Amino acid sequence: MVDARGLSCPVPVVMVQNAVKESNPKELEVLVDAKVCVENITRYASSQGYEVDVKEVDGGEFSMTLKKKA
Amino acid sequence: MGKNSKINIWVLIAGLAVGIAALVLTALGNPKNMGFCIACFERDIAGSLGLHQAAVVQYVRPEIIGLVLGSFIISLATKEFKAKAGSSPAVRFILGMCVMIGALVFLGCPLRMVIRMGGGDLNAFVGLAGFVIGILIGIFFLKKGFSLKRNYNVTTTEGLALPISSVVLLVLVIAVPSIFIFSEMGPGSMHAPLLASLVIAMVVGALCQKSRLCMVGGMRDVVMFKDFNLLSGFGVIFVTILVGNAILGNFHGFSAYLQPIAHASQLWNLLGMVIVGWGSVLLGGCPLRQLILAGEGNGDSAVTVFGMIFGAAIAHNFKLAGSAASLAEDGTYNAGGIADTGKVAVVIIFAVLLFVSIMNIPKLAKKTK
Repeated sequence: MVDARGLSCPVPVVMVQNAVKESNPKELEVLVDAKVCVENITRYASSQGYEVDVKEVDGGEFSMTLKKKA
Repeated sequence: MGKNSKINIWVLIAGLAVGIAALVLTALGNPKNMGFCIACFERDIAGSLGLHQAAVVQYVRPEIIGLVLGSFIISLATKEFKAKAGSSPAVRFILGMCVMIGALVFLGCPLRMVIRMGGGDLNAFVGLAGFVIGILIGIFFLKKGFSLKRNYNVTTTEGLALPISSVVLLVLVIAVPSIFIFSEMGPGSMHAPLLASLVIAMVVGALCQKSRLCMVGGMRDVVMFKDFNLLSGFGVIFVTILVGNAILGNFHGFSAYLQPIAHASQLWNLLGMVIVGWGSVLLGGCPLRQLILAGEGNGDSAVTVFGMIFGAAIAHNFKLAGSAASLAEDGTYNAGGIADTGKVAVVIIFAVLLFVSIMNIPKLAKKTK
């Protein structure tokens, strides 16, 4: 689980990148609170072979689920 | 383009709009190779408010107001406006100040650097080399864990700080222009009509908000994530300016000699832009992006903009800014450059950037406690 709420560009993507590099997880939950972070993380995750599912939760926060493509 | 495609069409549209805006505004009266410069225009506003007394660079540039309002209006419409703040505001103020001084040593923000490149100014290519070096230094610290920490939800008034300040400035400059100082000669006296500047900048501001266009983000994302999305905007601006200048008959080949409002003191062109690149990576965006984020309700970016305006005042009050190359009446060429005070300032700023970079890496900060 990566909680990148409130962090400014490009720190959220760096956090996801570190998580992916460290353990190459099959599934990763990411919390962000800006649309721009959703877009940036989606681009990065897609380039690393992940499918991305985004759900908007309370108060403009987004819960992202990154799943490694089979 | 699809959701996952590498390049967002909006970035290309925004890049094209910025390039065309710079060409049109120059044709309408803005200084050469300075159709759209964030650092220069904030510096002109600082001068017009009397924060510095450099008589040739004082004008309330409607472009700055328009960018903020364009971003503000579209972010309200798309429900992206969100009042956020609290991520190291004082440090951001100081970084904004440093970036502005670096930009004025070079004579332009990253946007004007691209505009100058498209105008055939080889000095700007030296600036580009510095900019890339600065970004690489910033990335080094990002990879070590650098962060200015989280921001938080705040009251709407915080998010409205820069949009409302912009409206007030606009109303005052229209209603009581006599309270401001306006240059009678030099770059500050050259400007497009107010309404044209304002409307064009609002359109550009809206497109930049929509596309997230950022001069520093382009190269940073390529190096860190092999993501060419934002860099494509940078490229489109360059090509648009180059082709536009050629069509308008303003392109006379590439040269470093006597370029408009530029100096040929290459070490300082380089170092000025190293500061801009490094500082902007730490801030998370170039000067243009800070205006756009402030329009979206980001109080930290508003503070950064205020820091930049303060930095502009410091730069001119203490003669840190570069002076342009010139040709005397007897034909003597002066390559321009910066005064000794400016050179000292550059060294001090490097120390400040290093200190901020190290102290905001959690592990290293703990060790030094």
